[in-house]
Amino acid sequence: MRQHSAFKVVGLHLAVIVLFFLAQFVLPEYHHLAVTRVMILAIFALGYNLLFGYTGLLSLGHALFFAAGLYGAGLTAFHLGWSVPAAFAAGVGAGFFASLVIGVVALRTSGVAFMIVTMMFSQVAYLASLYFTTYTRGEEGLVMPEAARHFDLFGVTFSLTDPSLRYNIALLLLAVTLIVILIVVRGPMGRVLIAIRENEPRTLMLGYNTFLIKLKAFVISGTISSVAGAAYALLFAYVGSSFASIQYSIEALLFTLLGGAGTVLGPILGTFAMFYLIDIVSGFTVAYLLVTGIALIALVLFFPKGILGTIRERWMTWLP
Amino acid sequence: MDLGPFLVLATLEGLLQAAVLTLIALGLSLVFGVMRIVNVAHGEFYMLGAVIAWFVASLLSLHPAVGFFLALVISPLLVGLVAYASERLILKRLKYDPEATIVATIGMLYVIQQVVLIGFGPDARPVEAPFYYRIRLPWFGYSAYNLFVMAAAVVLLIGCWYILTRTRLGLIMRATQFDSETAQAFGIPVDKVYGYVFAAGAMLAAVAAVLIVPIRQAHYLMGLDPLLLSFIVVIIGGLGSLRGTVVAALIIGLSDGIISVFFSPTLAKMLSTLLVALVLVFKPEGLFGAKAR
Amino acid sequence: MAAVTLLHTKGLSRRFGGLKAVQNVDFDLKQGEIRALIGPNGAGKTTFVSLLSGRIVPSEGQVFFEGEEVTGDPAWRRVRKGIAYTFQITSVYAKLTAYENVALAAQSALSRSGAVRKKDLDRAVAEAIEKVGLSDRARMKAGELSYGHQRLLEVAMGLALRPKLLMLDEPTQGLSDAEIDNFCNLVRDIARTATILLIEHNMPVVMQLADSITVLNAGEILANGTPAEIRANPAVQAAYLGS
Repeated sequence: MRQHSAFKVVGLHLAVIVLFFLAQFVLPEYHHLAVTRVMILAIFALGYNLLFGYTGLLSLGHALFFAAGLYGAGLTAFHLGWSVPAAFAAGVGAGFFASLVIGVVALRTSGVAFMIVTMMFSQVAYLASLYFTTYTRGEEGLVMPEAARHFDLFGVTFSLTDPSLRYNIALLLLAVTLIVILIVVRGPMGRVLIAIRENEPRTLMLGYNTFLIKLKAFVISGTISSVAGAAYALLFAYVGSSFASIQYSIEALLFTLLGGAGTVLGPILGTFAMFYLIDIVSGFTVAYLLVTGIALIALVLFFPKGILGTIRERWMTWLP
Repeated sequence: MDLGPFLVLATLEGLLQAAVLTLIALGLSLVFGVMRIVNVAHGEFYMLGAVIAWFVASLLSLHPAVGFFLALVISPLLVGLVAYASERLILKRLKYDPEATIVATIGMLYVIQQVVLIGFGPDARPVEAPFYYRIRLPWFGYSAYNLFVMAAAVVLLIGCWYILTRTRLGLIMRATQFDSETAQAFGIPVDKVYGYVFAAGAMLAAVAAVLIVPIRQAHYLMGLDPLLLSFIVVIIGGLGSLRGTVVAALIIGLSDGIISVFFSPTLAKMLSTLLVALVLVFKPEGLFGAKAR
Repeated sequence: MAAVTLLHTKGLSRRFGGLKAVQNVDFDLKQGEIRALIGPNGAGKTTFVSLLSGRIVPSEGQVFFEGEEVTGDPAWRRVRKGIAYTFQITSVYAKLTAYENVALAAQSALSRSGAVRKKDLDRAVAEAIEKVGLSDRARMKAGELSYGHQRLLEVAMGLALRPKLLMLDEPTQGLSDAEIDNFCNLVRDIARTATILLIEHNMPVVMQLADSITVLNAGEILANGTPAEIRANPAVQAAYLGS
């Protein structure tokens, strides 16, 4: 029975990737770009979900890690003229380092204090991006120079102005992230993460160093978020302070809640649904964030398990 | 100008900031203390208070003083009503689960803010002060209205302190804060207390907004800064502690006012936010508050 | 075979404010025995085992396990060294299956000796679950099990940790007589591979199971001895009946 469900799990996730791959051949130009963005934001949400959905730690500061990737890549490419792969690595490295340092400090708290502390650290980073406006140009932001729009790898030149290449890079990153998440949550570590979410004191008394395990989850989650940020900066050639604002942390939370916290595919579905919902609503009104607010309230009140969480509970119990 | 007058001005600005901040933070602290929930929408109640004040003052086209004092009554009442309704319809149903409540109040933040954006528009709008008088100091003129705001805040604080420590109402609130189950057993309607406390917390923010709106204009995004500052105050002062809140608001308000005059306000906010995050991690009972139970 | 000391404490004390919950306790536990820890309510039993398990830190004194000082070790590290503790208040993962509950314990034990292979894990879980007789309920959510079964699940988790010392805190509380008999047999079975420290109120259970008994009163050791000696000890009788 377990063999069978493992087969189904791999098949389902493969199908999702294939679906995204095939979609690029039929999508009209506008949606082609939109789905590219959705995939990058979904990576952000996937990283967030590892911490919130599986480990039960509600961070209100994940914009910081997205921004670490964004600025780590953007600033090195803009000011130091680093090549695209090097800038990408710098962004991910910045995210790794930031999540390690902040994790060590913030994980000394729990519950409400953890939410507030992560939010405050993130706010410090946001203010820093405004304060060092000489380098970041604050809200106005930086547009990546021409040199950072293409790169050479294995003797081939890739141009990031090509929408099709951007789409497939985003897809590749999404697929890799999905595999990493699946390996983590279905393996021994995932079992302990869920145990910490359900009852941390008990998990401690089963001989697990819960602090260290939470820190690992925090760092993986933050680093994945920075992958999304670095990719965003390089693919869409823009970095700006708004990506570091509290609003972005809340979006990751919203995408995850909507799709289903603690389900592997939930964040992807949630990002997709919310992105298009906001896209449609902003055609009618400037107050499109109203949707965000209503969605958050409705989700916690009536739909706390999200779309996939509910489906898993009712029909597909094998869903990871 | 010399340094001296500059310092006087900075101190006055700081005191004004502290006066308003104390009222807002007191509302947040009250709600946290009694109900054990963090209200992220608190800043929006403040914003709503200012916006309603603008509507009252400008739509009725009365004498500025009449409009202002009318707003001082109507605005907190309406804000209290909105808060009460949202507490009954949303927070109560979540059984005050800490995480769910935070997510829900974030949702409320957006809903209130965006509804105001639709109804009030994106522009900042001024409200006329009830009176206009400049006190002539040796170095510069200073608006007497600013002093009025500080005095009003002090009066309101004394009122709050009196209610909390010397009346039956305050006793009920303290009992609920201390141990809600025992309070329930002694016949205190804890459920109702929660509803009223949440409304009262929002009303304090609304009063602060009406007081400040003749100096700063009403704007749909004006809620975020006071929210973060009152978080800072409540954390430094010790969650749920009245005295700690007042002391911390004075310190934060004054230092924010003074640092902002001499240095970049962004740097000041950055440093204070970082400091507060570290206080919350390493000294969660606050710097001045009593040790958390 | 000479008795080997598995665990001992030297001058172990814990104060909560002015209250001395545990004072200056020197305690020895021999390998392979079943030791019962008894005492009137408020004698400091739970505080004492919490000090042994590392859930609270002592104000003074030391704890040694297998001759090695563990006073400074956090709870999780003591568990990895072989000190397991089952909770007085049932504390299973209600939303996870019985299998997953035990798997968490087994995974912790197996990871002490390198990477965990799924095959080994499945075997270890099946073994522990079978020992407590819950095999046919392995796929049920722990929260849906009856109270008695949840207590057995706790024991299975303790077993799957492969402990050298298993501390059972009030294990029979709330069980029916039939369940208690069953439980006593289980404890004897476990005692073949582990030393057991039993905190228990139910005197018939204590007299039946324990090789020796330690009586705690007002945070201090009042008496040590065999069940017969303890029964005859006037100081113990006074502590239970007198105050």
